[in-house]
Amino acid sequence: MDMDRRGFLECMAWVGTGVVWTAAGGVLSSRTLAQAAETPAGGDFGFVQISDTHIGFKGEANKDVAATLGEAIARINALPTRPAFVLHTGDLTHAQKPGAFDAVAEMLKSVKTERVFYVPGENDVFLDGGKDYLARYGKGTVGGKGWQSFDHRGVHFVGLVNVESYKAKGLGSLGAEQLEWLEDDVRKLSSSTPVVVFTHVPLWAVYAKWGWATDDSEQALGYLKRFGSVTVLNGHIHQVLQKVEGNVAFHTAMSTAFPQPAPGSAPSPGPLKVGDDRVRTLLGLREVRYIQGRGPLAVVDSTLA
Amino acid sequence: MNARILIGGALLAVGAIVAGPAAPGAAGSTPQVAIENFRFTPSTLTVPTGTTVTWVNHDAEIHTVTSPAGAFASPALETDEKFSFTFNAPGIYAYFCALHPQMRSTVVVQ
Repeated sequence: MDMDRRGFLECMAWVGTGVVWTAAGGVLSSRTLAQAAETPAGGDFGFVQISDTHIGFKGEANKDVAATLGEAIARINALPTRPAFVLHTGDLTHAQKPGAFDAVAEMLKSVKTERVFYVPGENDVFLDGGKDYLARYGKGTVGGKGWQSFDHRGVHFVGLVNVESYKAKGLGSLGAEQLEWLEDDVRKLSSSTPVVVFTHVPLWAVYAKWGWATDDSEQALGYLKRFGSVTVLNGHIHQVLQKVEGNVAFHTAMSTAFPQPAPGSAPSPGPLKVGDDRVRTLLGLREVRYIQGRGPLAVVDSTLA
Repeated sequence: MNARILIGGALLAVGAIVAGPAAPGAAGSTPQVAIENFRFTPSTLTVPTGTTVTWVNHDAEIHTVTSPAGAFASPALETDEKFSFTFNAPGIYAYFCALHPQMRSTVVVQ
């Protein structure tokens, strides 16, 4: 427990200073030795997470969200090692604005990677219950419902949808059917398999008052408890926050579109206006690297500034 | 249910506006609910049966006025856009914003 607490404190210091590169490795490496022995065979690889592109947003906080997404794509394409794939953790569009899904798809065609995996955000599904989103991205997901899992070089990836019944309690929600699927999906895996979960709304209670939590996340995390390394990647709150709980590391990601206030620091979670000169210091992307024999995944957030 | 849905203020020629906490609107008047700072104000509105209630979004963010029971659902309301619904049956109507479901409120129809 001491190790986890130290890891958490280091992480909070890291969040406070905004220095991401070295300390991000520090948080994770505090658990590296313990888990190295459990690392399964598999090659090194890296992947990228982008989130909350909000194409269609035209507010004061960022008048050109297509430009900042373009900059994020340029960063991805300039990485020294081509990412195996890209995860988009939702809110592709801003409120399902007409043409927004097409615009996102067109822009992401230029990403140099094998594939982009998606989970929806509430902005992508609230108007039509996910009809348009699933018509585009439901193919190959479980029952066409948007959630899915896949394996890559010994790492098990699970994409979860927690915005379909978002309205239930004012929080994200996975629902009984998806939970049942998740339990079954991970049952066959050895406990030494590294697991990466990606979803939109946080799976830990960041700030329930603003809906920054998932009401049945405890149940999902219960199914993942036995695994030596679980990394949870999400978006929704447009800022980097981290938490380590047992073997589970939670990482919320920056948006490429606009920042949001720190939990509870403003009257509402509306877009944070920081001025054109500063906004790129709060927008960005995330690279995650898995190094064979080195245990947990290294998560590195970088801004567009 | 005879719901009249007026969008974007195009048909909102009615001038009589009643707002304020639990202000009972006289039948035929159009009480307003302000959507501001991610809140519905007043948070509870009590009106007689047959009242048309109008919501106005004053936020820079998009919001909706959505009944989880399906009684009414606005489209995405941009800044200054309005949505109206006529309550023809008594009852307690809870609603929320589908984009920000922590925003919740109630219309009580007597």
